[in-house]
Amino acid sequence: MTMSEEIKATKVIDARGSFCPGPLMELIRAYKEAKTGDVISVYSTDNGTKKDAPVWIKKSGNELVGIFDREGYIEIVMKKTR
Amino acid sequence: MAETMSLLLVSGTADKLMAGSIIASGGVANGMDVDIFVSFWGLMEMKKNAPPNMKLSYEGKDMADQIFAIMKEKKVPGWKEMLRQAKEIGTVRVYGCAMFADLLGLKKEDLDPMVDEIIGVSEFVSKAKESKMTLFI
Repeated sequence: MTMSEEIKATKVIDARGSFCPGPLMELIRAYKEAKTGDVISVYSTDNGTKKDAPVWIKKSGNELVGIFDREGYIEIVMKKTR
Repeated sequence: MAETMSLLLVSGTADKLMAGSIIASGGVANGMDVDIFVSFWGLMEMKKNAPPNMKLSYEGKDMADQIFAIMKEKKVPGWKEMLRQAKEIGTVRVYGCAMFADLLGLKKEDLDPMVDEIIGVSEFVSKAKESKMTLFI
């Protein structure tokens, strides 16, 4: 089962081509604008983000839905729980 | 109250300024407030309408053309843009150094709008004293 079947993202951020800390900053920006319960997905081609974003998601007390390897990029999905 | 990170930017080369912007971004990502004190060549680069900075510090001098070409090709945002983004996301306060501003006759209105205030070293140190970490870049 793919992620899109499990859970539908409220907002998708395409940060492919952007470098650290770009994708994380875009994710945080979207998080600030989002409502509790929203699911935010970020596409990234940056390897730093693969490590940084999940750490930020957990540390900020939110839910890391998953990290998915896509073709040529990764998708990180979070749920705003607070 | 949020924890604070204090940064001291003195150099005016793109690599150092960019390191400052990136670390400031990391600070706001971690929910910290960031206080940046900018002096000397860093402050020169904070002058309003300063031309794009194409200088690297000594170790990177020979690679400058190559590095800037790669950054342009990969559309890496400049340090100012990155700092602006960090300011939008969290609390980042940029302070110009009063001593150097006085030396060059610079007023707040001569500096980029992202400079919040011109303060003296003692005020910065009093803030840094209360902060969680202080980095000289």
